Amino acid sequence: MAVAIKISNLTKKFGDLVAVDNISFDIEQGEIFGLLGPNGAGKTTTLSMLSTMLRPTSGFATINGIDIEKDEDGVRKSIGIVFQDQSLDEELTAWENMDFHGRLYRIPADIRKQRITELLNLVELEDRKDDIVKTFSGGMRRRLEIARGLLHHPSVLFLDEPTLGLDPQTRNHLWQYIATLAKEKGITIILTTHYMDEADRLCNRIAIIDHGKIIALDSPKNLKDGIGGDVVTIKSPDPEAIVAVLTEPWITRVERHLDEVNISLQNAEQHISTIVTLLNTHRVPIESIAIHKPTLEDVFLSFTGKTIREEEADHKMNMRMYQRMVRH
Amino acid sequence: MDIIYTIWLRNMKRYVRSKSRIIGSISMPLFFLLFLGFGLNSVVQLPGLGGNYIVFLIPGMVAMSVLFTSVFSGIQIIWDKQFGFLKETLVAPVSRLEIMLGQTLGGATTAVLQGFMILVLSVFIGLRISSPTGFLIALGFMVLIGISFTAFGIAIASRMEDMTGFQLIMNFVVFPIFGLSGALFPISSLPAWIAPLTLLDPLTYGVEGIRFGLTGVSQVNPVACFAVIGGFALVMTVLGAFLFRKIKL
Repeated sequence: MAVAIKISNLTKKFGDLVAVDNISFDIEQGEIFGLLGPNGAGKTTTLSMLSTMLRPTSGFATINGIDIEKDEDGVRKSIGIVFQDQSLDEELTAWENMDFHGRLYRIPADIRKQRITELLNLVELEDRKDDIVKTFSGGMRRRLEIARGLLHHPSVLFLDEPTLGLDPQTRNHLWQYIATLAKEKGITIILTTHYMDEADRLCNRIAIIDHGKIIALDSPKNLKDGIGGDVVTIKSPDPEAIVAVLTEPWITRVERHLDEVNISLQNAEQHISTIVTLLNTHRVPIESIAIHKPTLEDVFLSFTGKTIREEEADHKMNMRMYQRMVRH
Repeated sequence: MDIIYTIWLRNMKRYVRSKSRIIGSISMPLFFLLFLGFGLNSVVQLPGLGGNYIVFLIPGMVAMSVLFTSVFSGIQIIWDKQFGFLKETLVAPVSRLEIMLGQTLGGATTAVLQGFMILVLSVFIGLRISSPTGFLIALGFMVLIGISFTAFGIAIASRMEDMTGFQLIMNFVVFPIFGLSGALFPISSLPAWIAPLTLLDPLTYGVEGIRFGLTGVSQVNPVACFAVIGGFALVMTVLGAFLFRKIKL
C-alpha cells in the first residue's frame, strides 16, 4: 500500500502550551484513520496543520508526497475538509453552496454541474437542492458539507468531529456514508472524534492522542485485545482492598480508578463467581459488579489512568487557568 | 479573475435576498432627505450653490447611502468568520488577494446600487441631472467611495474578533467621516478651525465629486476630488488586502 500521509516529528506550540507534541506516523492510501482523544488533545490542531491552515512549529508532513509547508496550494487541491464547526453559507441554497465551492476549485462548468448532481444524490439532498441551507437540519448540513468536501475529487478527506451534536440515528447514517465512500472511491479518510464507538466502528486504525502526544496507535481490535480479555468493573467503598485481594494468576490486569476497580481477564463469565467468593471471604464490600467486552474507553483508561470525560474536564480547567493567567 | 467573480457573485446573491437590509439602508438617507430637505429648504440660504437646499442635500445623501452600505458590507466578513464560512474560502487553493478583491467589488457594487436607488428617488423631489456626462461622473465617484469604504470595512473586520466593536466604529469613525464631509452643509460655512478637518476627510472629496456631477457646482475642484478619493480607494484596498492576508482562524 502506498503512503498517503506522512507525518514526522510534527509539533505545534502556542506560547508555552504544546498543543501537538512531536507526533510521527504514516497513513496509508484508502485507509480510514481515526484520531481519538478528548477535547483539547490536539486533534484539530493536527488537522489544521495537515490542511495548511496552521504552520507547524517544527517537524514536517507530506500529503501524497507534497510538503504541507512548501506547496500549500498543491496540498489544498488534493484534500477535502469538513470542519468541526459548520462552514456553509446559510443564505445560499444547497446547490449554490456546492457551486461556489466548485468555482473556487476551478472545476469547469459542465463537469461541475454533473458532479454536484451526482454528489447531492449520494447524500440524498438532490430534492432539497434549491432550498436555502438555513432550513436544513444539523444532519442535512453535515451531509451537504461532506458532499461539498468531495466535489473537487480530493484523494484525502479530513473529517473533524463529523457527527458532533447529531442524534444517534443521523450519526449511524453518516457512518454508513463515510464507510461507503472509503470503499467505493478509495479515498483516504482521516477523522477526529471523541466518540469511542465512532472510532471503533469506522476506523481501520486509530491513534489515541492525549495532551498532544500519540499514546497508542493500532487497529481497534488490537488495541482492545491489548487490554487482556474481558473487563470486570467492581464498585466498592474500599477499592484498595479489592486490588489487594485479587492476585489470581488468571487476572491479567487490575487497575483502580476512583471508587472502581477494573479487572481484565479471559472468559470473565467463568471466573465471576470465584471473584465474588474471594471478595466475600475477605469481607470486601461490593456495591456493584459488571462485565463487558473491552471498549476503546477501557483502552484510553488503561493508557492514561483517566476516562476521556475526566480528561476533558481537566482540560477545561487548565484552559480556564491559562486564560486567567493570560488576562492578568 | 474567475475567483473574484465567484466571491462577487456570492455577495450579489446574498444582497438580492436580503430585502430587509435593502429597505433598511435606503430608509435612513431617504428620511434625512425628506425631513432635513423639506424642513430646512425655506430657511437655508446657499449663496452661490444654486440656493436650493434639497438639491444641495441630494448628493450628500447618495454619498451617505454608499458610505454606510459599503462599510457594513466590508465588516460583514466578521460574520463569515463567526459562522465559519470564511474557513471554506480560505482553505481553497486560491490567493487571499483574490478573495479580498472579490469581497471589495461585491461590497462596492451593493453600495453603489443602494446609492443609485436614492438617486432615482431624488428625481421625484427635485433633482435635475445636468447631463449624461454629469451622471456618469457622479456614478464614478460613487464607485470610488464604495471601493474605499468596503476595503476600509474589510481592514477593520480583519482585526476584529466579533461584532462587539461594530457600534464603536460606526459612532466614532464612520459617523464623523459622514458629518465632516459636507454632505449636510457647505464646508465653507464652518468655522475656520473646523474647515481644515473637512479637507482631511476623504469623503468630502467623494461628496463634492458627486455634487459636481449631479448639479454642476462644487466647492472643491472635481479633478482634485478625483485624485484624492481615487488615491484613497487605492490606499484602502492595499491596506485591506494586507490586513486580510494576516487573518488567523
